[in-house]
Amino acid sequence: MTSASTTTDVVRGISARRWRFPRHVAVFLAPALLVYTAFMVYPLLDSLRLSLYSDEGAFVGLANLRELLPGGSLSSSFWNALGNNLVFFAFHFIVQNPVGLLLAVLLTQHLLKRGKGTYRTLIFSPTVLSVVIVGFIWQLILSPLWGVVSTPLLGLTSTALPTLSLMSVWQFVGIPMMFFYAVLVGIPEDLIEAARVDGANGWKIFWKIIFPLLLPMLGIISIITYIANLNAFDLIYSVQGALAGPEFSTDIMGTLFYRSFFGFQLQSGSTAMGATVATAMFVVILLGVLVYLFGWAKRVETYEL
Amino acid sequence: MKRTFKWMIGFVALLLVVAACSSDSSDDTTETTAAGGGETETTQAAASGEVVDLVIESWRNDDLAIWEDTIIPAFEADNPNIHVTFAPTAPAEYNAILQSKLEGGTAGDLITCRPFDASLDLYDAGHLADITDLAGMENFSEVAQSAWITDDGTQKFCVPMASVIHGFIYNADAFTEIGVDVPTTEDEFFAVLDAIKADGNYDALAMGTADQWEAATMGFQNIGPNYWLGETGRIGLIEGTEKLTDQQYVDTFTTLAKWADYMPDGFEAIAYPDSQALFTLGGAAIYPAGSWEIGLFNEQAEFAMGAFKPPVKTDGDTCYISDHTDIALGMNPASANSEAAQTFLTWVASPTFASMYANSLPGFFSLSNHSVTMEDPLAQEFLSWRDECESTIRNSYQILSRGEPNLENELWAVSATVINDTVTPEAGTTILQEGLEAWYPPQQNG
Repeated sequence: MTSASTTTDVVRGISARRWRFPRHVAVFLAPALLVYTAFMVYPLLDSLRLSLYSDEGAFVGLANLRELLPGGSLSSSFWNALGNNLVFFAFHFIVQNPVGLLLAVLLTQHLLKRGKGTYRTLIFSPTVLSVVIVGFIWQLILSPLWGVVSTPLLGLTSTALPTLSLMSVWQFVGIPMMFFYAVLVGIPEDLIEAARVDGANGWKIFWKIIFPLLLPMLGIISIITYIANLNAFDLIYSVQGALAGPEFSTDIMGTLFYRSFFGFQLQSGSTAMGATVATAMFVVILLGVLVYLFGWAKRVETYEL
Repeated sequence: MKRTFKWMIGFVALLLVVAACSSDSSDDTTETTAAGGGETETTQAAASGEVVDLVIESWRNDDLAIWEDTIIPAFEADNPNIHVTFAPTAPAEYNAILQSKLEGGTAGDLITCRPFDASLDLYDAGHLADITDLAGMENFSEVAQSAWITDDGTQKFCVPMASVIHGFIYNADAFTEIGVDVPTTEDEFFAVLDAIKADGNYDALAMGTADQWEAATMGFQNIGPNYWLGETGRIGLIEGTEKLTDQQYVDTFTTLAKWADYMPDGFEAIAYPDSQALFTLGGAAIYPAGSWEIGLFNEQAEFAMGAFKPPVKTDGDTCYISDHTDIALGMNPASANSEAAQTFLTWVASPTFASMYANSLPGFFSLSNHSVTMEDPLAQEFLSWRDECESTIRNSYQILSRGEPNLENELWAVSATVINDTVTPEAGTTILQEGLEAWYPPQQNG
């Protein structure tokens, strides 16, 4: 809106006596706006709309959503999936951030004489691999028949979800590492030197100077991870299949959505229930983003360096 | 300024058209169908010259070579005007992909049919053509057709192709080496397993529970019919006279749970391809099987193999086998080449096809009334059980998996967890029964 009014002022100032619609603004906005509306906003709103209808097309209001609440037919599956999803995220949050930070610190310290670029590339490379490949390789490594451990890590209800989470952490740890690395190399050397002159040790420098500067980035990484984790599907599907075994212990909302929408084996797919699960996912993610925006992003201090 | 404005209108208009095209797929479909209809007329008019293309949708990607090298050339030799392409997708994704292709109007002319409700739903949604009057349908018995008819039995929509039979495939060399014979009763079966385990060179049973379905399909549905007396039990469940908590179902799971001792270490994480490889590499002595494995095993295993049917409780009991109607072929009503598709379906119902299919894919047994001789000894062994035992199909397939929670999915989970020893057989059957009672009225009385 500001840009529009500024343009108006300019237009008014230069030539026109009356206000004219700033057409070029519309032209510049149109491509992104139209494509985004057609392929993102419209499908999203339409799937929200679909969740209010039955499979036969009759309007049922929130009746579909009630199936997800206690007492409904999908209730136990849904809450199990949501719980697993949060565990999945917790593992990423707790493991991925410290490990990513540690790697980034190691890369910025002068411990490595040579090969910094090589290490950075190597640690980042799993991120660009297809999830299917990552899943397949880890499945072979962890196979009790051909692999390195005899414990069926992927086959026990107690270990399957943590194992899958750590596989995912292994794949994506390069991303927080890169983000942290970018912040760390941006911290001016004189800040650190000044602290050292004042008598601060390494530990103190980290907690009092580096860490506060990292906090905004930590928030951004966490919210990106949260969105990606809550939307996750591919890793679980490629390793454990759509039934997310054993005993649905690795079932997350993505796999639950897949089964409800497309059906599975003898289970017929249901557009309405699929859309309902998708709507629930949307709401859960939205809540998380709101918590981030108002609970974190507004409070954490950002320093201009 | 005026020029720019005109250019802008053109640009926006173009974008709107693009957006409209992409979001309005239903219009596209009608257009394609309409255009397709026109094409059919022209094809029929120029029947002698034009070559018609048919595309077969299937989940049998393992069979690609057989279709391309044997079956399709044989058909094309008789019908030079029809060119057929076999276009399979991965089994696990087939239903979902097919559904979206049919809805988007891009599916092939011929559709490979899953048994029972998956296909019935497609028929009800208008995605499978009614072929009740197709020439050749008289070659199939009522039982063979039962998986692809409407509930009232009046309309048929797929030509039955094959069934699969459950049993056990064993490493004959290992049996000789250890000195055990093929078991016929359950006691003998477990004695053999004990002997193999004591010998220590082989894993006794090549099976894992990671993928869950082997536990249900190769375990529960394999040995179960002997407990619930085949069709008697299956119909009993549908009519509500039997419950899944009845003793025969608890017993099936109790026996199944005993398998865990004889399966490889870490079987909880062993997936289907792992157990196949374990057996064909000679690492295990017995493979709880479906007959569809025969083709692959013949190709990969370098030892002599034999097969035995699910053991009965006491010698002389009537034996029951799962002879499951598994695969059929139907026609996409939106096909532009329906006449050619019908020609193909009639050919699929012929004795030529029955014999060719059964022999090129040993383990997929023809459902037609034509008598087919099997060249493969292993397949012949499986087929011979049809004469000795009573046949039935998997009990969760007809009607009972229509609701939520889905009985078939629950059977997978329960069978796997019973073998994993995280759920007792009694608790397992209770889960199944409660799931069924939640939506299936005949099971709700008492």
